[in-house]
Amino acid sequence: MNSYVNPLRDPQDRRLPRIAGPCVLVIFGVTGDLSRKKLMPAVYDLANRGMLPPGFGLVGFARRDWADQDFAQVVHDAVKENARTPFREEVWEQLLEGIRFVPGTFDDDQSFERLRDTIRDLDTARGTGGNHAFYLSIPPSSFEQVMTQLRRHGMTERHEGNWNRVVIEKPFGHDLESARELDDVVSVLFQPHEVFRIDHYLGKETVQNMLALRFANQMFEPIWNNHYVSHVEITMAEDIGIGGRAGYFDGIGIARDVIQNHLLQLLALTAMEEPTSFEAGQLRAEKKKVLAAARVPDRYDLHTARGQYAAGWQGGRPVIGYLEEDGVSPGSTTETYAAMRVDIDNRRWAGVPFYLRSAKRMPRRVTEVALSFKRAPHLPFTATDTEELGTNALVMRIQPDEGVTLRFGAKVPGTQMEIREVSMDFGYGGSFTESSPEAYERLILDVLLGDPPLFPQQEEVELSWKILDPVIEYWASLKQQPEQYASGTWGPASGREMLARDGFSWRRP
Amino acid sequence: MIIELTDTSSRDVAAALINAKRTAGASGMVLTLLIVTEDDHFEEVLSAAKASATAHPSRVIVVTYIDEGPSQLDASIEIGEGMPGDLVVLRLHGELRHHADSICLPLLLPDSPTIAWWPNDAPDHLAEDPIGGLADRRITDAAGCHNPQDALLRRARNHSPGDTDLTWTRLTRWRALLAAALDQSHAEVTGALVVSAPDNAPATLLAAWLSDRLAIPVERFDGEHPGVNEVRLTTTEGDVTVRRVAEGTAIYQVPHQPQRTVALRRRPLTDLLTEELQRMDADDIFEAATRRLVADAEGR
Repeated sequence: MNSYVNPLRDPQDRRLPRIAGPCVLVIFGVTGDLSRKKLMPAVYDLANRGMLPPGFGLVGFARRDWADQDFAQVVHDAVKENARTPFREEVWEQLLEGIRFVPGTFDDDQSFERLRDTIRDLDTARGTGGNHAFYLSIPPSSFEQVMTQLRRHGMTERHEGNWNRVVIEKPFGHDLESARELDDVVSVLFQPHEVFRIDHYLGKETVQNMLALRFANQMFEPIWNNHYVSHVEITMAEDIGIGGRAGYFDGIGIARDVIQNHLLQLLALTAMEEPTSFEAGQLRAEKKKVLAAARVPDRYDLHTARGQYAAGWQGGRPVIGYLEEDGVSPGSTTETYAAMRVDIDNRRWAGVPFYLRSAKRMPRRVTEVALSFKRAPHLPFTATDTEELGTNALVMRIQPDEGVTLRFGAKVPGTQMEIREVSMDFGYGGSFTESSPEAYERLILDVLLGDPPLFPQQEEVELSWKILDPVIEYWASLKQQPEQYASGTWGPASGREMLARDGFSWRRP
Repeated sequence: MIIELTDTSSRDVAAALINAKRTAGASGMVLTLLIVTEDDHFEEVLSAAKASATAHPSRVIVVTYIDEGPSQLDASIEIGEGMPGDLVVLRLHGELRHHADSICLPLLLPDSPTIAWWPNDAPDHLAEDPIGGLADRRITDAAGCHNPQDALLRRARNHSPGDTDLTWTRLTRWRALLAAALDQSHAEVTGALVVSAPDNAPATLLAAWLSDRLAIPVERFDGEHPGVNEVRLTTTEGDVTVRRVAEGTAIYQVPHQPQRTVALRRRPLTDLLTEELQRMDADDIFEAATRRLVADAEGR
């Protein structure tokens, strides 16, 4: 490392944003939905906020017969439609200079020759100096091919002072074994610190919000354990079905798609001990410890539930059932609702069940972590006074409307002594003078700056699969199809029974 | 507020609800912004106050001094109307101007920070002013004064922690580009020059910052365009140049790299305020730059 200290920078000078050095972002699978709705707008938003380096190249690679300007038009439209910040011509002009498109397929050597030439050209023309980030917005099955091509065409060479990084998206494999294979493929070319895994449901902003809530405050820590918490519910509900993604989803299922990465990460962040510092390595160490202590109780028939959405009405619109979706076989056993209990065997959490559930075609889109507290050991009121009183709860709302809700009992005004539940709400959206950046903005900036990601590294991914694999194997061994539940409801009866067995019921998120 | 949605879904209705709640001031307000003005600037200040109240969930109190007449306080209050916070306009007649603190103190939000903003002329000693004394952060704008250079120097001479001037905020993008250039070139800076409109206050401050950080004298030249036109740092590897070529666009040159254009626009007032309201602590770097400014002005 060199010891250059920039005289114009000062740790006290927090107005100055960190601007990434000149670099090229290469997006594979650039014609996808994700790229149009999230990636390209995020790139623009970064540019608009002055976070992108002067000398930034954006290269799209896809099987389209496009010229640079066709691609630029696509980016332009995507930005206009989906960017968070207002469209400004001069910012667009700055971006436009670095936009290139390479048509081609993953098995075609010539395409990658062209890609290399394009990148080399940008390196000199835009001064991007051999710094390349490869964003693989493609199915994992193509990873190996792309990696091989990148290596064969010398696009990931390391020189003094340049970097190569790669971004991959969840799912990170579909079980422990495939996760390891995937890692082998990626780690041939990239070192662990050059691999950025993104779970777009769980942005860095959210992770940091949770860390701040838990560890910057004195009042939550004393009750954050099995003395006070009775159980924890972690929910991620989507109000949509699989849309046109049968090819991706069927055979994978919601547990692999969401629980393995997203919900188990939320669980780890909720349950972990305080890291000694917020350095990425320390944080991962704590998450690993808690994931290693987590397991689904052995009686999978009692402590897990799965379902498939049936036709019904969802938010006022008629929708078809999962088995009627295009490309899904009528005999499919893929689950669109998955719920399971996870126990954590450590001193803090022994005896506190964590219930994870994730599903499609729920009444509304919501992600939250809810800690339910035990009832007060003694209530100096008559039973009728507290008839309406539930238990206290602390809910970390992840999306939409990120924030925190506290639920507690309060006396109903009037001469009667009657106690009822009330909510106290805090929303990130309304309590600061700034709106949160999109998860992708943070991620892309981290990639370009080389900031150690808060995202899971391979070991965490493997630990998550170890928790989930036995459940999925058990489900696969069952003869019958998952239980049907009407679209637009909160899931099948087996999901409710699973909690009822332990004496709880799901809260309505 | 009534929001009509036709041919909609419960998803859109839910999204509209959240959005409406955010702008309706349902959740906690984060700060009190006191805006101090004289009667003759009232209208423009009021529109800036409204813009600010729309951007932040805060209580905005506009304090207007009207010199003539017996002591009298008139107030108007606006809540809702697309604003996430509330807007209170106070008109202080006659003697009351000397007791503005006694009027504002009961109206400040509990616990949260208070920021005072003088969009035009400001008292010499902000921290000792009745209103300034209530505030944790005090923001002035030399560009809103009759003689910006004088105003900036006055600010610099009477600086106390928590004071900032929007002149400084306007420079953030320039400073970011220059810092990023040195991040890349790693070269030692041996000379610096700033080209600007004659007598340009932001340029004076930028030069003061550069000479403070780089410990070298900074040359000044008059340019043809308004505001700061160009900054050039001479380094052992070649020149670092940021030059505004058109409204919103600049040429950016770093040694050993091709020349590039970057977006460099003049930011609207609400942007500047947003940046100011992000930081509640004292700005040490600004303070250092003002010290240098005073030293330069006094020929030390």
